[in-house]
Amino acid sequence: MDDQLMTERLVDAQDIKITARGVQVYYGEKHALKDVDVDILTNTVTAFIGPSGCGKSTFLRCLNRMNDTVAIARVEGDIRIDGEDIYDSRVDPVQLRAKVGMVFQKPNPFPKSIYDNVAYGPKIHGLARTKADLDGIVEESLRKAALWNEVKDRLKESGTGLSGGQQQRLCIARAIATGPEVLLMDEPCSALDPIATAQVEELIDELREKFSVVIVTHSMQQAARVSQKTAFFHLGNLVEYGNTSKIFTNPDDPRTESYITGRIG
Amino acid sequence: MTDAAAANPPQNPAKPSSSLLKQTDRMKQRNAAEARFKYYGIVAICVSLSVLFIMLWTIFSDGLSAFRQATFSFTVTLDAERLDPDGNRQRDEMMRVTTIGYTGLLNDNLIAYLGERGISTEGVTDKEIAAFISRDTPARLRHMVIADPSLLGQTIRFEGYATGRIDGYLKGRVTREIALLDVNISVAQLDLADRMVDDGLLSLKFNWGFLTNPDASDQRPEASGLGVAMIGSAYMMLLVAIMVLPLGVSASIYLEEFAPKNRWTDLIEVNISNLAAVPSIVYGILGLAIFINFAQFPQSSPLVGALVLTLMTLPTIIIATRAAIRAVPPSIRDAAMGVGASKMQVVFHHVLPLAAPGILTGTILGLASALGETAPLLLIGMVAFVANYPAGPFDGGILDPATALPVQVYSWASRADPAFIERSAGAIIVLLAFLLIMNILAIVLRRRFERRW
Repeated sequence: MDDQLMTERLVDAQDIKITARGVQVYYGEKHALKDVDVDILTNTVTAFIGPSGCGKSTFLRCLNRMNDTVAIARVEGDIRIDGEDIYDSRVDPVQLRAKVGMVFQKPNPFPKSIYDNVAYGPKIHGLARTKADLDGIVEESLRKAALWNEVKDRLKESGTGLSGGQQQRLCIARAIATGPEVLLMDEPCSALDPIATAQVEELIDELREKFSVVIVTHSMQQAARVSQKTAFFHLGNLVEYGNTSKIFTNPDDPRTESYITGRIG
Repeated sequence: MTDAAAANPPQNPAKPSSSLLKQTDRMKQRNAAEARFKYYGIVAICVSLSVLFIMLWTIFSDGLSAFRQATFSFTVTLDAERLDPDGNRQRDEMMRVTTIGYTGLLNDNLIAYLGERGISTEGVTDKEIAAFISRDTPARLRHMVIADPSLLGQTIRFEGYATGRIDGYLKGRVTREIALLDVNISVAQLDLADRMVDDGLLSLKFNWGFLTNPDASDQRPEASGLGVAMIGSAYMMLLVAIMVLPLGVSASIYLEEFAPKNRWTDLIEVNISNLAAVPSIVYGILGLAIFINFAQFPQSSPLVGALVLTLMTLPTIIIATRAAIRAVPPSIRDAAMGVGASKMQVVFHHVLPLAAPGILTGTILGLASALGETAPLLLIGMVAFVANYPAGPFDGGILDPATALPVQVYSWASRADPAFIERSAGAIIVLLAFLLIMNILAIVLRRRFERRW
């Protein structure tokens, strides 16, 4: 890992946004996630790393209750956002997902125009009272996603006609248009080329100012580049969680060290 | 490692490997099997194409003549004395002159016209000349005159059908050898028909009546047409589309997107698949029991036909719609859910629009199969002689007796006069044309909507 440019980053914000305690996830009989405790901070990029099938995506999907759509999935334990239990029976997952946005592994823009892709969330949540408001939200979201200059002249064209990297940034714009407080990203760069990846990574770093970002990644370089906190998952366990610089240079657990040096995983 | 391997590729000159230029025995076998398989496929396609061709050829060679009809065109003097004896042009008074009166007038006019044109009527009695004119023709003249009394006293050019035998002679169905054995027609009449054709008095014309007339009795096959059958089929298709689309689509959406996966839904799923395989005549019995015997809807009505066809098409449409919904990529559902769309919004904003081409195609193909369905309609009394047009769709026409295209094919095919056989094949052509149009529509709609994706 010595080719890795590792800058010592300060975790400048210390407010806790999400607390997870004793989270267990079962897929039918399979115990997919065992006893996970994590605190996710505001204005921080938190990276989840680990080999395939280790439960990092599963945990991410617990944070906005996307696991609810999987019939056989069962989530136990306590996950709180700003102190509120998101698995409380009074919580409507639809409302939760407006607060916790998500970007998926494969760019999945709606087969609608670029404008409609971004405007869809604000529309269904009633965030814009007038057309001008909506235009404003769309422009702001596209600007934040660093896509505005590329698409401002063709907002009416289909979102599926963009390149892979542009599509993924469009998906990010769509996710931030609803004004979420947390942004979950499930391997957002795995389908992108290095140039597009660099753009998205730069974007993630900027998004940190407004949101707390949680990113699942298979690329340890990416985790090192973009995150301030890193959690290492292995076989359904959270093995180690701490400052990124520490995890990558001086991990406590021998398994973490083996993984980041390429011996397991 | 890789660099080293590339610089020094492993070679073993001591043991020469088999030559690539020579096929091994096993490879030859595999290639032969592949060639055989291709050959079977080509044979299968050729057989099915030739069967299709033979079928179409028989239908068209038998049925195309139904679209043409031997028609007289001659001048008729509408004698006011005979058609309006009271001379006051009152509709009710004029109605008292029946078709028989018009028959006599037409016969006299035809004989007079023959004399005028110098066509020899040697060997043919006046009665035999009268037999040239279809029994339908005087009735049409009567309708014309009663609708417009000002025609009385005028001499008009009138077009009327010839009888089925003369029609058959002009189309080559009736020959002189047959005429010798047929009490309805004589060789002398056929000779006269030849002379009439030479004069231009009698000719084969395109037969709009075949598409617009109602069915006709055995005595006048030349007047029968598909009018009532087409209206009946159109009403049924309209009603089926109105009933089956909302039912089928909502059932599919529920089963695909909302229903929990448990033993009950499994049971429902198995039942839907089984219903799609139930023989259609069973639906006819069901319709007879429920809609006619229990609900007391009128027999032979397009409404009952449509209800039965709806039941029959519903499973097919549900299966097609579910397949279309399932084909929408899950990533779109995730995306919509990720921005906080509710289940309803996911379905109606994203899944349905994307599944629409598939749903439309499935529905149109389901309707097409319903259009060609005969068996259940037999049981609810749609195989009937219906001589009156049903009323308009909003005037209770869906409760009036009607027939349907495939049923008309069936009932004409079982009539005695050979003229009906020709019409039966002609009706098949019309039915095929409608099916072709529906299938093309399905393809066009699918192409059109898919471009948006």
